[in-house]
Amino acid sequence: MTENPQADRELAISAEHLVRRFGQFTAVDDVSFQVRKGEIFGFLGPNGSGKTTVIKMLTGLLPLTGGNAQVEGLDVRTHPEEVRERIGYMSQKFSLYDDLTVLENLQFYGRIYGLAAERMKRRIDEIVGLNNLGPYLNRLAAQLSGGWKQRLALGCAMLHEPKLLFLDEPTAGIDPVARRQLWDLLFELSGHGITFFVTTHYMDEAERCSHVAYIYYGKIIADGTPESLRELPDVQPPGTLRVEITTPHVTRALRIARQIPGIRSATIFGQSIHALTEDHFDLDDLRGQLLKNGIAVAEIRPLAPSLEDVFVELTYKHQGLQEAARA
Amino acid sequence: MRDVFKGFGAVFYKEALHVRRDPGTLFFSLIIPLLQMVVLGFGIDTNIRQVNTVVFNADGRRESRELVDRLRNSDTFHIVRYVENDHDLNDEIIAGRARVGVKIPVDYSDRLLHQMSAQVLVLIDGSDSSVAGQAINVTTAIGLDESLRRVLQDRSSMAVEMRPKLLFNPDSRSPNFFLPGLTAVLLLNVTTFLTAFSIVREKERGTLEQLFVTPVRPLGLLLGKLLPYLIIGFSELCLIVSFMRFVFQVPIHGNLLLLAFFSLPYLFCSLSIGILVSSKANSQSEAMQLSFLTFLPSIFFSGYIFPRETMPFVFHAMSYLVPASYYINITRGIILRGAGLTHLWIDALALFAMGTFLLIVAARRFQNKVISA
Repeated sequence: MTENPQADRELAISAEHLVRRFGQFTAVDDVSFQVRKGEIFGFLGPNGSGKTTVIKMLTGLLPLTGGNAQVEGLDVRTHPEEVRERIGYMSQKFSLYDDLTVLENLQFYGRIYGLAAERMKRRIDEIVGLNNLGPYLNRLAAQLSGGWKQRLALGCAMLHEPKLLFLDEPTAGIDPVARRQLWDLLFELSGHGITFFVTTHYMDEAERCSHVAYIYYGKIIADGTPESLRELPDVQPPGTLRVEITTPHVTRALRIARQIPGIRSATIFGQSIHALTEDHFDLDDLRGQLLKNGIAVAEIRPLAPSLEDVFVELTYKHQGLQEAARA
Repeated sequence: MRDVFKGFGAVFYKEALHVRRDPGTLFFSLIIPLLQMVVLGFGIDTNIRQVNTVVFNADGRRESRELVDRLRNSDTFHIVRYVENDHDLNDEIIAGRARVGVKIPVDYSDRLLHQMSAQVLVLIDGSDSSVAGQAINVTTAIGLDESLRRVLQDRSSMAVEMRPKLLFNPDSRSPNFFLPGLTAVLLLNVTTFLTAFSIVREKERGTLEQLFVTPVRPLGLLLGKLLPYLIIGFSELCLIVSFMRFVFQVPIHGNLLLLAFFSLPYLFCSLSIGILVSSKANSQSEAMQLSFLTFLPSIFFSGYIFPRETMPFVFHAMSYLVPASYYINITRGIILRGAGLTHLWIDALALFAMGTFLLIVAARRFQNKVISA
């Protein structure tokens, strides 16, 4: 095994200027980021923005058009096979063999990774204990519900004790309880030093990550801890204030709020409106203006931007840049 | 170098589990070919007998009646109707009630009696070429026979007697001719389908994508998937040959071990075609259509139905690219003609070359199209 001596030992993934083109189309455009060992790295972005392509590049499935990637200290270009031995991968489809039992699925992946009989037995016992799969061992995978399938898929992906796990939308289509249990498990494992690379569409999941990056049409437009992203000047420009307006008439209130000078943007969140206002804006005046239009306001209070706010603002800014570049 | 095949054992074992878990597929893939064999074996009879024939005997005297008798006794013709005019004669053929019409002219007996040559009009429905060919041959032969008989009327024996002897299939039994060729088609059918389906199914489920992120090497994966279906294909071959021998009573003149050995490269060809199909198809229905497409050349250009030698140049040239062409020559050679290694080594070599080539192409395509897709 040839570890790159230059590689930072603290890094699980180091991607430098990754480029992937398909013909004329650039799917991944100069993407750089680093994932430290033990992090839960949330990789977000709309469908078709290049998330899966990046995963395929990092797992050695897709050749890089340009750039460099080190995964677990190994160059994916020169050592794709070794990289794959050290990582685990779980796809959003929970790729299991429906006509094999839970145990047979686990054993298959154990054999694939070349686990010796003794180690395989120990690992299966551990995985089964960790995921509470015990009662289902001899059941066909087809008969499991979504949450259990996901546990089994995760078990298969980590049977060979990888230090880095790629989870591609691990919670798509499973119930909230299973979703929470999965995250509890991820936190527990990350406490043992396992690194997770997770893609998701759920903002609340993104908030739980220790490090997030947002990819938009092939470019990374945000990268950092959730806290640091909230403080980005693009998200919270100097001289602005983010407020939450709680009211029973959100739709009508939104229409009016957008016409009030001093409100830069406004959007609905459930029973409330999130608005970005000038920071000298008088909140009592806002309440008055809404009341004048017959809208009772329960509460107006300052608010820290959510990650969704962060990504919305950065996407707008990026779209603006692109249009400017085109003009 | 063992690394190149990494994952082979795991994939092979898993594939065997799939087969065991789904005995229906296995059963149908083994039994349906046998059913096809029964239908085709009993249903196809290329020997033309008892062709419906209509006769217009405008003469009606003794000489003409003798000729009609000879036609009737030929086994090739079955006289369904006697008509009294040209129009009815034509009509019977157009309506499809008769395939052959024979018109004996009014002056037939007169001309013969005056030592002049007599003409008999034979109308043949050309819309079925195999019937037409045989009808022409038989009527010409009867005419020739009749002439000789008259010329040599007073002598005790005929001058020349041709005694053709049919080698290898003395009774001209259709099953003998058809079934060895059918073996090639049925084997292709089973193995191409099973391989293509087993890979496309994993594509649909997403498990293939999962496998590629493991250290499994493409070659290990490919061989692990091929071997179970190679074994099934081989069992199929044994079933087909037993059926051929004991149900259809086709005598086997050559060495069965040689047949088994030469079947290996053929099976590799058809398994590789299955992989090629799966690298193109993304769903099982697509795989089904593509597989059928690959069968057509094996059915039409391989010599299974039409002799390769009589094909137009382009098709004949194409037939050299079809593995079934070689394999059919091997099955017919070993089963019917008792051919051995010395007779068939060129065909076997061609199959080995094609099998190796197809497997390499399939493995490469598999890697490029399926893994990096």
